[in-house]
Amino acid sequence: MIAQLDSTVARPEITWDGLLPILTLGVGALLLVLFRSLMKQLPKAAADQAVPVIGGVTVIAMWVVGGFAGTDVPLAGLRDGLGDPVFFLGLLIMVGLGGWFAQYLRLSVDAALTVMIGLTSLAATWGVWTDRYEIDGAFGLVGDQLGADGFSLVITGVIASAIVLVALLLDDYLEREGMAGADMYVLMLFSGAGGAVMASANDLIVLFLALETLSIAVYVMAAMHMRRSESQEAGLKYFVLGAFSSAFLLYGIALTYGAVGSTNLIVIADFLEQNRLVEDGLLMAGMAMLLVGLGFKVAAAPFHAWTPDVYQGAPTPVVAFMASAVKAAGFAALVRVFVTTFADHADDWQPAVYALAILTLVVGSFMAIVQRDAKRMLAYSSISHAGFILVGVQAASNEGVSSVLFYAVAYTFLVIGSFGVLSIVSGEGDRGTSLDHLDGLSTRRPALALALTVFLLAQAGVPLTSGFVAKFAVIGAAVEARSYWLAIAAMVTAVVSAFLYLRIILSMYLGQAEDDAPTIRVPRAAGLAIIVALVITVGFGLVPGELDDITRDAIPVLIAAG
Amino acid sequence: MDSWILTAVTFVPLLGAVIAMAMPNDDELHKRWALAVSLVAFGLGIAMLFDFNYDQAGQLQWVVDEPWIDVIGAGYTLGVDGMSLPLIALTVLVMPLVFLYSWSHIPSPGNTKSFLILMLILETGMIGTFVAQDLILFFVFFEVVLLPMFFMIAVWGGDDRRYASLKFFLYTLFGSALMLLGFLALFFLAKDPVTGEFLRTFDMRELTDTAGAGIARSSQLLIFGGMFIGFGVKVPMFPFHTWLPDAHTQAPTQGSVILAAVLLKLGTYGFIRISIPMLPEAAEAWAPVIGLLAVIGIIYGALGCLAQTDMKRLIAFSSVAHMGFVMLGISTLTDFGINAAIFGMVAHGLITGMLFFIAGSVKDRYHTLEIGRLGGMLIQAPRLGWILGFTSMASLGLPGLAGFWGEFPAILSAYQPANGLPVETFRGYMVVAAVGTVLAAGYLLWLLQRTAMGEPPEEFANDPEIVDVTPLEWVSWTPFLLLIVLFGVAPGLIFEVTDPAVVESLNNCLQFENGCDGVADATTAALGG
Repeated sequence: MIAQLDSTVARPEITWDGLLPILTLGVGALLLVLFRSLMKQLPKAAADQAVPVIGGVTVIAMWVVGGFAGTDVPLAGLRDGLGDPVFFLGLLIMVGLGGWFAQYLRLSVDAALTVMIGLTSLAATWGVWTDRYEIDGAFGLVGDQLGADGFSLVITGVIASAIVLVALLLDDYLEREGMAGADMYVLMLFSGAGGAVMASANDLIVLFLALETLSIAVYVMAAMHMRRSESQEAGLKYFVLGAFSSAFLLYGIALTYGAVGSTNLIVIADFLEQNRLVEDGLLMAGMAMLLVGLGFKVAAAPFHAWTPDVYQGAPTPVVAFMASAVKAAGFAALVRVFVTTFADHADDWQPAVYALAILTLVVGSFMAIVQRDAKRMLAYSSISHAGFILVGVQAASNEGVSSVLFYAVAYTFLVIGSFGVLSIVSGEGDRGTSLDHLDGLSTRRPALALALTVFLLAQAGVPLTSGFVAKFAVIGAAVEARSYWLAIAAMVTAVVSAFLYLRIILSMYLGQAEDDAPTIRVPRAAGLAIIVALVITVGFGLVPGELDDITRDAIPVLIAAG
Repeated sequence: MDSWILTAVTFVPLLGAVIAMAMPNDDELHKRWALAVSLVAFGLGIAMLFDFNYDQAGQLQWVVDEPWIDVIGAGYTLGVDGMSLPLIALTVLVMPLVFLYSWSHIPSPGNTKSFLILMLILETGMIGTFVAQDLILFFVFFEVVLLPMFFMIAVWGGDDRRYASLKFFLYTLFGSALMLLGFLALFFLAKDPVTGEFLRTFDMRELTDTAGAGIARSSQLLIFGGMFIGFGVKVPMFPFHTWLPDAHTQAPTQGSVILAAVLLKLGTYGFIRISIPMLPEAAEAWAPVIGLLAVIGIIYGALGCLAQTDMKRLIAFSSVAHMGFVMLGISTLTDFGINAAIFGMVAHGLITGMLFFIAGSVKDRYHTLEIGRLGGMLIQAPRLGWILGFTSMASLGLPGLAGFWGEFPAILSAYQPANGLPVETFRGYMVVAAVGTVLAAGYLLWLLQRTAMGEPPEEFANDPEIVDVTPLEWVSWTPFLLLIVLFGVAPGLIFEVTDPAVVESLNNCLQFENGCDGVADATTAALGG
């Protein structure tokens, strides 16, 4: 019986090496669980020994996995590499540096492993990008259920980077809050794997499964802080509303299936290209439901109501992850489904996205300025950023998509940096997130104040930061698509949001710190994450060319392997 | 001299700022360093003045054209012609004097290092705006100026600094947001007049050459409107001016001086460099509106001055009035008017900058700027009083001093605006503007009378802090005073540099049937240039 099936059903082409970026995250999460359940309590001495080893292994893993992901004949390449003495020596030095660095950062074993998995996934993404995508173009994975195109690769890279940086932030945070353990990291890796699948999905059902993987892990992460009732509340709220939105999404998938006869994005796109539906009510309803479902995920108004509460309640590094990776994955799905698949019905969905974008911009920017809590402010500001990205989606053009990508990349680092600083400043129990707690930060911790200033200015879109280039790209796409009023609305609300960022900056520089304000300790790992985010923010602001090239090469395509 | 000089003069201050960040926290060291850096920039500026080919003042010189962000078509394009040269010279001159003044006048709460670093960054932004020949580069420099000034007001400002700095930042940001949209629309809409292909460029030279050809009139009007708000806020024009009095009043003296001397010129410079040459057709349509707002600004500013009780606020309002004259000159779209406007920009920079210096010194001595409490300066600090008198005279447009050549030709130019503009309307503006000069004389003389004349009030009569002009103040003020006289006696020094460039920039108008042509020759003759 099974043999019979085997002969009739074609074996799907998995393309393991192309799958490595996603695989690393998912398998990494499983291995981390396995490892930690086998060794519940690592002796202190063993842990101290393990961290530098992990650092060294990271370098090797990046090289090996990156090599496998890139070339068809990886083993030969690896052998050649090891045969070259100069290269070998270089590798040894790098391994030593990796080990020393992990030691220097005083990472915990769990954080070090997570960083390793994230970096390896990043290396694999890079390998696939340079050695496969740039040469042969996009290709299908897992029997074309997934597609590795430039777009999904960039989003996967974004998610992997977010995992690395958030792990660095989490390390000390979990220690501080008495939550040390591997569970948070495992959940984050699962969630990241889900996000990466979401960005590559070629089928609505796959997309839905990936979205659930991503979301459920994040629901739990939001509620992880056992001793803070706000965190529990945030988790529950997020879960209820998220489940609600999943239902919308599923219903949208069902309706689309009813209208088109397939859930496969390639089939849908082909069908819509070749046929014009006489009665398209079902499809319209399906698209509307899909838009609502994904709108929840990216926190577009009027589906944003969960955001401020969840952002305020959830542990701050988790918020950084939600605002970066989860949002990027949500927008990836939005672009994949609407811009790419429903391209021939752009006239139908563009007005809806237009309206959503304006509403999101207005709600995000105006609600933000009346807040007193910095985390809540940034929650609203993340809503207004979502509005900006929607402006790029609305353009429904290649320019629009690459601007969305640019924005997603730039915003990821911005927001991780911002929440990273907040996480350090707010102190035990995430209590000090109100604006008053930032008073006089410039005298207490000038470097932190400067970093947050740069992040906030970048969020405001001031030139010479990545935020400016991102906003510029999005507005450029809108102007090119002749959506002038949308562009004007976006710029005006950007000014309104600038008020909010300036308020925070003014508090830091003009406010007086209370005398009994606790001293702020900057852990090395979190400091590194902030520095990386800072360098990238300013770097992409000064020389955006590289990233711009990448995002322009990364147009999503629906590809079926021949 | 090669094209490196523009890059050098622009980035020397920034480089200095970066080095200063790494230097130890020693106030004296930083003062010396900032002054030295600004003197290097000044030296480069002087070298530019000597090397500039005055016969070719209408052409861009020392052009640099390097790729920057290829994919969006933005280049690193620099160049200077007769229109920007005087403004660059003004900038590099003012900055060392401000640093010199800072020697003994670091406003509270101290932190000399950051204060000076911010000013150095500011200098790069200002010079960069004047040399940029690419819209994106221009925009970036234009915005770079914003941040240091914001922090200068927010941290080193007066009691109400939080409000003033926010207002300053948000107004300007709002304007530049719309301006950026205008730039983008130009990028996507501008066509090559010959081939009809989309240019897709931010290069200001190319956009000036095409002069809006192929862009629908309605789009042109909108684009011009966007830029109008962007530049108009910066100038500031009525009704976007309300940030100015607050910013000026709250800013530290150095901030006020830089704001008045250079920052306001970025807006007017934008009009004559970008808006008008690139969109002459829209400029023609907008000109009466600009002229109207300009004269409203003149009268409103003057009336505002009469109502002020604070010396610094009064000077700030007088800026609104003076920039009104500049905008009136620009709105005529004639060679004559725009030349007058550029002269007015330089003159206003020198004179109002000087007035803010005086205000700062008065504040240092009397610890108040309330006009009602001051008095008798000529008795207690006669030289300070005389300098105030001299500068006020220059400010009200006394012939023989620099202020006259900014105001009078601007008014005169409104008598005969460019062809196609409503002559009667502009003559009406001329009359109103002339009334404005009378009001200017009124508020300035009244200020002088109340603060300098009479007996010293009792509370300050025996105040030992009230001393006459200190040597340091002499050093930083003398160049201002000398130049005010020099340009008053020999206005041709500036007009001869600017005129060819202005004529060149108005060339585009000639392409249009009833464009802004014609009067150029007549007025050049009238100026004797």
